[in-house]
Amino acid sequence: MGKQLNVALIGNPNTGKTSVFNQLTGLNQKVGNYPGVTVEKKEGKCKLSNGQFAHIVDLPGTYSLNATSPDEKIVADLLLQKRNESYPDVAVIVADVENLKRNLLLLTQIKDLNIPTILAINMADTMKRKGISVDLQQMEEKLHARVVLLSARSGKGMAELKGLIQDYDKLSSESCVQFTDIDPVYFEAQKKKFHGENLYKRWLNTVLENGSLKQEDEDQITSVQFENKSETEIKRLQQKETILRYLFINQLLKDSYKRDPALAEDFRSRVDKILTHRIFGYVIFFLIMLLVFQSIYNWSSYPMDLIDQLFTQMAEWVDNTLPEGALTSLISEGIIPGIGGIVIFVPQIAFLFLFISLLEESGYMSRVVFLMDKIMRRFGLNGKSVVPLISGTACAIPAIMATRSIDDWKERLITILITPFITCSARLPVYLIIIALVIPENSFLGMNLQGLTLMGLYILGFLTAVFSGYILNKMLKLKSRLFFISEMPAYKLPLLKNIVYTVIEKTKSFVVGAGKIILAISVVLWFLASNGPGEEFRNAKNIVQKNEQNQQLTEEDMANAIASYKLRHSYIGIIGHTIEPVIRPLGYDWKIGIALISSLAAREVFVGTLATVYSVGSEEEETIKNRMMKETDAVTGKKIFNFATGISLLLYYAFAMQCISTLAVVKRETNSWKWPVIQLVFMTGFAYVVSMVAYQLLK
Amino acid sequence: MKETIVQLKRGEKGIIKEFSTEAIPLKFQEVGCLPGNEVRLIQFSPFKDLVYLTVNDSHFAIRTETAALIEISRIK
Ligand SMILES: Nc1nc2c(ncn2[C@@H]2O[C@H](COP(=O)(O)OP(=O)(O)OP(=O)(O)O)[C@@H](O)[C@H]2O)c(=O)[nH]1
Ligand SMILES: [Mg+2]
Repeated sequence: MGKQLNVALIGNPNTGKTSVFNQLTGLNQKVGNYPGVTVEKKEGKCKLSNGQFAHIVDLPGTYSLNATSPDEKIVADLLLQKRNESYPDVAVIVADVENLKRNLLLLTQIKDLNIPTILAINMADTMKRKGISVDLQQMEEKLHARVVLLSARSGKGMAELKGLIQDYDKLSSESCVQFTDIDPVYFEAQKKKFHGENLYKRWLNTVLENGSLKQEDEDQITSVQFENKSETEIKRLQQKETILRYLFINQLLKDSYKRDPALAEDFRSRVDKILTHRIFGYVIFFLIMLLVFQSIYNWSSYPMDLIDQLFTQMAEWVDNTLPEGALTSLISEGIIPGIGGIVIFVPQIAFLFLFISLLEESGYMSRVVFLMDKIMRRFGLNGKSVVPLISGTACAIPAIMATRSIDDWKERLITILITPFITCSARLPVYLIIIALVIPENSFLGMNLQGLTLMGLYILGFLTAVFSGYILNKMLKLKSRLFFISEMPAYKLPLLKNIVYTVIEKTKSFVVGAGKIILAISVVLWFLASNGPGEEFRNAKNIVQKNEQNQQLTEEDMANAIASYKLRHSYIGIIGHTIEPVIRPLGYDWKIGIALISSLAAREVFVGTLATVYSVGSEEEETIKNRMMKETDAVTGKKIFNFATGISLLLYYAFAMQCISTLAVVKRETNSWKWPVIQLVFMTGFAYVVSMVAYQLLK
Repeated sequence: MKETIVQLKRGEKGIIKEFSTEAIPLKFQEVGCLPGNEVRLIQFSPFKDLVYLTVNDSHFAIRTETAALIEISRIK
């Protein structure tokens, strides 16, 4: 077999490129009903009917090759580098049938690069309802491209598309507009100068070099360029070019695209009058959020308790069944409680992902962008920052990547910097268990007080994010280009299959991801906790039994006293005690300190770590919650998880930069260590101070 | 008097007139904000900083400042 067959999926944002990609490759990349879901190049393989494999590339959406934001630049870059190993042999333009006009603009540009092109008109399932009809034959003739009607949702037309890809050498690579007409004299001269080279490519290079993205990756752009043209002149020519292309498109569609005006009832506009209304819009948004938090709290407490008990029984069973020894206690005291400390949160995480994906798939996300733009701008952000901020409630990492669709670098940077304040799903476990321990179960105005506290924490995270944005906006001396455009996609009934899949997939990766970390950590912790250096560890039993005060203890209490004495003098106990002075002012004991450190790897392992540490330090198996409830402070004799410490911990986790992976992504997206370091120092420093003040006041 | 998109009321339409290239980012032109096209105003955002329009079969929101630079002639 020779060179691989490269197929690039190109098109406007939100036209279903990723859905087509998933259909072709059988993969499951993220799909969502708002522009800017895909922000990086994704690759996969597709088997054609002749047995050959095609290499499929999914790209971010773009309106044209004149890129202005980093995600759009990925597309332009790929198409300008002929030597790139994934330079497409075939471009499949995925277009939305409802919006052909705008989608064809990009097609005419790609054709000018002389890339063999297929036009895939997607969402064909909506045509009947909207009264749209298309004359494919006429289109094919005028566009010099094959056209196929497609529905990525139902799979209709996919076989035909694959067939066209397979016969790619029969596709035309002729252009369909004469773009050089915008300045014939100039381009004639260029043609002579760059003999045989693609003039549109030359022109694009000139344009992109002139545009705002020139500071990055300059080397990729061929250095010889057109005779200098002034910036205004280039802009004028670009406008002329756009008009020229639309002239062609309008002419084409006038004959080959029909839309029944009677069926053009605009559902979207009518719904939007309410959802983006200046009062109802906010009320509805607030009610949706309230529903989310109440349900996360109320609906999942039952399965949560069940899981907790299940793991306790499991540990007990292992303890009783397996022969006594180091391995058994590693399993029953280290691994099972550690894993249990994560699995217990599966119901909540699943609910959270369910709501996020409903918001994303319905099209509501873009309406929130519209509602929030003004408020966000006051804080140096952008309406589009809302998308990262909302998806940040799942995880900061994809959220930071999602900022790529923000055109303005300053607004993008600020969004990246503040996103980690948003309450991510990894904080949820910490919040839930601590709220359950320190906030009474009363209800307030008919709402669950614990649920309200949780919502309060989400609001706190959000406000801190926004407020930091305000400060950063004042501090950062960066030039800002005020220019904003946000598409309002049509509302879609979320596809049940997609939703279920997303929820299961995300929940699974939460459990597996955190599970791996906790597995490793719990083995290490267990080892450090069951071994100790000195006489005090080895002779713990004698020392405790000899102690006068302990003489009257029952057998059970005695056993516990010995266990905790041992733990105190184990390696982990020694490490913990060394750091204890630093965290004492915040109201934490050394065990919490250990959990803080290990949760730097991932916040969600906090509970698992505590479960392991507590489990080694006591003789019987108990649920995580009960164990935490009973834990008393060796110094003050009070309950460890009292109100003051609880609040202090909640605040610490709300503010601290407790996530190494996020730092790594920030480094990658900002291309410097400066920003992640600043984030780490400021967020964690701030968290420390706030928690200390809170603890000292409440104590 | 010059009329721009911002002077439209909700639900009203206009035809875009010639505008100066300098003021209007290319991207807006590429999605269809071009002279001769019909534009309909759907909604102002709560503090009037964005306008939600349809033009060229697309639905999108742009900043009010920018919309105020796009002259139109109103369709009754
Ligand atoms: N009705 C219908 N909806 C579709 C079809 N294909 C995709 N969609 C929906 O269109 C929306 C956008 O799909 P994506 O595949 O994420 O679009 P994309 O082009 O990759 O979007 P970006 O990555 O943001 O540029 C999702 O809500 C899909 O469920 C289709 O054939 N019919
Ligand atoms: Mg996509």
